[in-house]
Amino acid sequence: MDTAEIMRPENIVYRKPALITDNVMHYCPGCSHGVVHKLIAEVIDEMGIQDSTIGISPVGCSVFAYNYIDIDWQEAAHGRAPALATATKRLCPDKHVFTYQGDGDLASIGTAEIIHACSRGENIVVIFINNGIYGMTGGQMAPTTLIGMKTSTTPYGRDPKINGFPMVIADMISHLDGTAYITRQSVHTAAAVRKAKSAIRKAFEYSEKNIGLSFVEIVSTCNSGWKMSPVDANKWMVENMFKKYPIGDIKDVLKDAPAL
Amino acid sequence: MAEKILMKGNEAIAISAIRNGVDGYFGYPITPQSEVMETLMKERPWLTTGMVVLQAESETSSINMIYGGACCGKKVMTSSSSPGVSLMCEGISYMAGAELPCVVVDVMRGGPGLGTIQPSQSDYNMIVKGSGHGDFHNIVIAPASAQDMYDFVDWGFELAFRYRNPVVILADGIIGQMMEKVEMHEQKPRRTAEEILRDAPWATTGKPASRPRNIITSLSLDSDIQEVFNRKLAVKYAEIEANEVKYTEYLTDDAEYLFVAFGCSSRICEAAVDELREAGIRAGMLRPVTLYPYPFARIEELAGKMKSIMSVELNLGQMVDDVRLAVKGTCPVGFYGRQGGNIFTPEEITDAFKKFNNLK
Amino acid sequence: MAFRGSIEIDTPHCKGCGVCVANCPTGSIQLSRMVNSKGYNYAEMVGDACIGCSACALVCPDSVITVYRVKI
Repeated sequence: MDTAEIMRPENIVYRKPALITDNVMHYCPGCSHGVVHKLIAEVIDEMGIQDSTIGISPVGCSVFAYNYIDIDWQEAAHGRAPALATATKRLCPDKHVFTYQGDGDLASIGTAEIIHACSRGENIVVIFINNGIYGMTGGQMAPTTLIGMKTSTTPYGRDPKINGFPMVIADMISHLDGTAYITRQSVHTAAAVRKAKSAIRKAFEYSEKNIGLSFVEIVSTCNSGWKMSPVDANKWMVENMFKKYPIGDIKDVLKDAPAL
Repeated sequence: MAEKILMKGNEAIAISAIRNGVDGYFGYPITPQSEVMETLMKERPWLTTGMVVLQAESETSSINMIYGGACCGKKVMTSSSSPGVSLMCEGISYMAGAELPCVVVDVMRGGPGLGTIQPSQSDYNMIVKGSGHGDFHNIVIAPASAQDMYDFVDWGFELAFRYRNPVVILADGIIGQMMEKVEMHEQKPRRTAEEILRDAPWATTGKPASRPRNIITSLSLDSDIQEVFNRKLAVKYAEIEANEVKYTEYLTDDAEYLFVAFGCSSRICEAAVDELREAGIRAGMLRPVTLYPYPFARIEELAGKMKSIMSVELNLGQMVDDVRLAVKGTCPVGFYGRQGGNIFTPEEITDAFKKFNNLK
Repeated sequence: MAFRGSIEIDTPHCKGCGVCVANCPTGSIQLSRMVNSKGYNYAEMVGDACIGCSACALVCPDSVITVYRVKI
């Protein structure tokens, strides 16, 4: 069997998702954003909810997420996406509403908004991209930057005496009664991508059940900010980021429900 | 017969929001306007009209909830007082930049800083001239009674949706707290999903296969695109300035002296005009009802007939700059004000007036 | 059951990040010595060991890989 015989339309097993637009992504080569966008697009397509999904993009590298997934979008002010999502979901309860936020947006300037959206149990999905750095503004320290990690505002490495400690947001919000599903995933290998997709699908399904907020953290790379090749950044993430931000489910109210 | 009820201006805002079929109110407590949300929570409109009422974690969040709701083509509003409105300025700028309709009520108190909780008009410059970064205008309407508070909610939304622009109801602690009889209309229904699609085809209502995706954003990154957009805003503002100026006049027909005052100050100023008339001085008053657009042309026209004009405000003199712009130097322009939450009496105004005009 | 596969790469839009290369279990992808119009050394398939597992396409941030697979 030669290549031409294999490459027939009926043999396609994977292709660009239908809801990913033809716009060329502005992200750096190897950036995790593109993979996560793809997974969200696939989940929305597979669930058949394009016409009822409203995405809310943040300020940060993914500010232009609205250019890449073919759904209605709102572009929020820095950190405020959960506030927009709150009103959108409450005013349009039949819609699927998700925010897409980076660590600067969600864990720094937007802490009040995310904590209170979690606390109120808004029936929304939050996709949280945690790469421990500000990408768009040129690689400054984020709340999630690891101790010792060099950034443009911690050029000698993050020193807790000066800069404090990394914030572990997913664990923090797991203590809030309004959260239904909290998981931490990554997208650096094919297996990880499959698991992350299942997690995103579950989050969207949970948002239909009106049981509270679903939160999917994706531990990600920023190879430009980290000053590594994309492949090395993935390795560094596994060796360093995963120690502070271990992969796996943190809370699932439907699974963890205590026996009454 | 129309229903008339004695209520505070703040309560009138809340009741009017329900009766006019507003979709959502998002707010944060602050004196002297907390009765707005308290009244809504007591009325529980979500059980009757389906209106959403939510106490947010901050004014920052309130205004961004409004942003989200407005993106969906819904009639959404918030209310606050001066320090809270300062926090909302970021969101108001974003909404102006994304051309979103909304109504924000500012029940002004004394400032700067935490200031006082007593009435003031010291947010004139913040709301009329700026209220956030960038090249934009709010449409600003200034109520002078509890009835105005009631009526301006509907008018505010009409303007907000007609121009896709934030509208600020610039009230003050007196109007918010004062109880007056308010005439109310029958309950109007909230807009249906079909009506929203018709009136707000730009809204994020979920993308069907039949149209391109709707994106609400204020970001362009390209100077040329941004300039084209800002010029589009300028065309809109010119239209607003041409069509929406509103003011009232009191005894201006034969007046030789003119007061200009808005909101609660206009009520007190009216009494001052009466006192001066009794003393044989032909005074009159113009009350700008819209602060943006401002009645520049009418004040200019009146200035030609006046010996002097005095702006009377509860601040250090903010609107008086606009009065001077309107008058273009054709007659002397004076200012009288009280600050910090203090309110002038008609006598204080007439005294200041006489002093300014060298009258006994 | 054995599979044979092949991939098609949208070369002009590939950014040459190499994540697909690192994830391919059969060593069937490499970065080309040639560059596309953006100056990236784009990914290209090599040899005939591809089993169409889609690992490369799953991790591709720019969705430039289409995967074909047939049972043999």
